Amino acid sequence: MSLLGAGILKGMAVTLKNFIGSYFDKERLNTLEYIWQTDKSLPKRAGDYPKEEGEQLRPTTTVTNYSRNFPMLLHDDGEPMDTIRCVACQICERECPPQCIYIEKSGDKKERPGSKPQFYPATFDIDVSVCMSCQICVEVCPFDAIVMNSQFELSTPDRFNGLLLKRGDLLKSNQYYHKIHPEEAASRDKRIADDKAAKEAKKKAAEAAKEAKKKAAEAKAKSEAEANSKEESKDTSDTSQVFTQPNKEEGTE
Amino acid sequence: MDVKLDGETVVDLKPVFGYLHRNHEKIAENISYLASMPFTDRLDYFNSMTNNWAYAIAAEKLVEIEVPERAEYLRVIMAELTRLVNHISLVGFFVNDLGALGTPLLYAFREREKILDLFEQASGARMMCNYLRFGGLRCDVPEGWLDRTRDVVDRFPKFLDEYEQLLCENEIILSRTQGVGNLSRDLAVSAGITGPMLRASGVNYDIRKVDQYGIYNRFKFRVPYSEDNVGDCYDRFMIRMLEMRESIEILKQALDGIEEGPVMGNAGKVFKPKPAEAYGRIEAPKGELGFYLVADGTPKPYRFRVRPPSFINLTVLRDMCIGQQVADAVIILGSIDIVLGEVDR
Repeated sequence: MSLLGAGILKGMAVTLKNFIGSYFDKERLNTLEYIWQTDKSLPKRAGDYPKEEGEQLRPTTTVTNYSRNFPMLLHDDGEPMDTIRCVACQICERECPPQCIYIEKSGDKKERPGSKPQFYPATFDIDVSVCMSCQICVEVCPFDAIVMNSQFELSTPDRFNGLLLKRGDLLKSNQYYHKIHPEEAASRDKRIADDKAAKEAKKKAAEAAKEAKKKAAEAKAKSEAEANSKEESKDTSDTSQVFTQPNKEEGTE
Repeated sequence: MDVKLDGETVVDLKPVFGYLHRNHEKIAENISYLASMPFTDRLDYFNSMTNNWAYAIAAEKLVEIEVPERAEYLRVIMAELTRLVNHISLVGFFVNDLGALGTPLLYAFREREKILDLFEQASGARMMCNYLRFGGLRCDVPEGWLDRTRDVVDRFPKFLDEYEQLLCENEIILSRTQGVGNLSRDLAVSAGITGPMLRASGVNYDIRKVDQYGIYNRFKFRVPYSEDNVGDCYDRFMIRMLEMRESIEILKQALDGIEEGPVMGNAGKVFKPKPAEAYGRIEAPKGELGFYLVADGTPKPYRFRVRPPSFINLTVLRDMCIGQQVADAVIILGSIDIVLGEVDR
């Protein structure tokens, strides 16, 4: 150490550089705006986000396309309750680590477009004061019915009922999902379509196989029947041989 | 801390903890294996990615799942970014304890912010990532993420240079940390200390080199450790600064080596291991983080035990503090680098 206090002066020079830089240097301002935001329509700063009526529970929106906050239920185009994807299988309720989901299964089945009648959740509550945003429910759902929302302004003066999200609050359209998580929604939709196609192909293959099997069985049966009949005819011929000597030539043919 | 004093000198000291106890291990015995993953985030809430990894390694040992190549690379990248986050905020908090209020800590948090943004883009959450799964990762990183990571990694050394200039030669820091809170090599080894604290006491021991878990055998990196047998607060502070440089080296190699591919191995839908036991450990930023699992053939673990580095490193606090000034006890505690979420679980 050459001069006492040189280290302190050096440090102060760094502070001064940072202080001045904080007014000009974009690199030192990164906490003020979300510089890597891919979607330019999303808010630049907290505070100037768009407010939409109807679509959202409260006037609020998302920060980035990737953030997650609390779960929501998806429905396809049409009336929310007619096209809800959830079939109240209650897997998410069982798997939820903090046990914050409460589901009651409906007594009756409802018609769905493009599938057979299914149960639906008569009650679907999520206590967001308990939820820890872990996304396990999204992963275990076999119907892609539950995904993560990114609403973050959920503060309320009512600590118990205000933070208990009901089915109506949780239901969101697939378009909304596409809006808040474009990449994830696109890949999910693709996977659903692929699965469906694969299923249909499998079904078709199964049907074809069934058909083929049926045909084979029929053919087999036919051939067997033929063989049987031949044998039978043989038998009969034999018997005929035994019993009816005069018709021998006919019988052997 | 219960501290007995003679004037300003510490005569006896006892850390009192347990106020953040959340019953993690018992809860884990009553839920499925996968459902414990988000709880591991909350152990050491600065380093959720490495906590996930240690748990995933333990579970993968139970059922022997292969992890795809890309997932292994991404795990290394995440773990090393986590190490940067942890060490940079530790240094910030440490000098904050010294009395340098605000400035160094906020510089550290400014850099941490960039890495947390990366975590958010990959996993959806900034701190409670819950990103790793048994046999891989929950999802692949979004498009362009690797380029952004490279950008952050390339800029980081510049910040470290600046930070070292700010702190490492500062006379006040030198006089307050050198010779304070000494931890000898023998005591560190016999107390089971791990991580940067052990290396600061002069033991060359790093689980990344010893176990070579994941794909750490592919990377060329050095393990910094102190050569003298002092192990004071300044050593512990400098070890972290040096480790960050090595993390950047690993990150650069990993970003060069990563290739396209799947990120999830063929783990079945239901995780139900046969009766067995497994211990998975990694070099977490704070030391050896281990998970011990006993499976009994059901979808829930029979026993779930965490070996937390913070807790075990905290046990030598008394030995380091006796005979020191009361104002130094705060610095010594800061230099251990504990997170109470992990101490109490």
